[in-house]
Amino acid sequence: MMRYLAPLIAFIVLALFLLVGLTLNPRQVPSPLIDKPAPIFQLNQLHDPDKVMTSQDNLGKVWLLNVWASWCVACRDEHPLLVQLANTGIVPVYGLNYKDERTTALQWLKQFGDPYTISVVDPEGRVGIDYGVYGVPETYVIDKKGIIRHKQIGPVTVDALQKKIIPLIVELQRQT
Amino acid sequence: MRFKMVLPYSFIELNKLFIIFLLVLIAPTIVWAKEAVPVAENLEVEKRMLKLTENLRCLVCQNETIADSRADFSNDIRREIREQIKANKSDQEIIQFMVDRYGDFVLYDPPMKPTTLLLWFGPVALFLVGFGALVMYLRRRREQIEDVPLSEAQLKKAEALLKENKGN
Repeated sequence: MMRYLAPLIAFIVLALFLLVGLTLNPRQVPSPLIDKPAPIFQLNQLHDPDKVMTSQDNLGKVWLLNVWASWCVACRDEHPLLVQLANTGIVPVYGLNYKDERTTALQWLKQFGDPYTISVVDPEGRVGIDYGVYGVPETYVIDKKGIIRHKQIGPVTVDALQKKIIPLIVELQRQT
Repeated sequence: MRFKMVLPYSFIELNKLFIIFLLVLIAPTIVWAKEAVPVAENLEVEKRMLKLTENLRCLVCQNETIADSRADFSNDIRREIREQIKANKSDQEIIQFMVDRYGDFVLYDPPMKPTTLLLWFGPVALFLVGFGALVMYLRRRREQIEDVPLSEAQLKKAEALLKENKGN
């Protein structure tokens, strides 16, 4: 009996490991910045290059920081969702225009809509490195105390919004 | 008698042609050769940067090191590390900078931690399980093989065969 059972058990264990492996995405590297203070930045604004915005300006509110670029194709996928989200007024969305040209970035927003309360520019990707950005788009949920609570790697999806991001925002907004 | 060697006309022509051919070959190298552009401004910094980035994973092209990768991401990280070296940061500080932002995954030599125990000892554990199974299998097999003594007739036959062999 054991003679036939042992290979079967070994096979099932192996198959389970492979099955779990199939559902994992090696591109989604968990960020060590979760539950840590969002790196402080002070950057020029996209629309108004003379003005700066710092991450400290948003202390006291829950906000999203969306890393985007006009050269990023996947950003176009998530963009309508971000516009919708911004229109609902649930949460302010801030943009980090990552390694982009000002003119093309502005044109891109004109074409696809501008969900951002403010977009700041990071032409050399330095703030991107501080935030552990390694692909665009990425979206961070930052709470009232300036702590990163969630990082969405890749485009924001309806599923991610409904199941994770919006419930998290609502919960964080209840906290003082 | 003096022997005067007369080269045939065509041979001289060939020689000339060959020289012209060589000149033509060399010409472009003379015209376009320029001073090689230095790859790095500071060789010491570059060396240290490369040594550090050889042990760091490019997160975009995950099986390449940051030293090898031509991805934009790796370019930026190399620039960042160069700047930190120039700012007199130690190797440990630079590695910590990377781990703080990208996690242990960025290291090709991950530290031993509760979360990486399986990574460190998994292969050894698998080997021990396999070795145990092999030992068990061999033991059981030995038990299964019965020691059957040869019969008288078989012994005689074997002896005869051995003798026959020696005869040859």
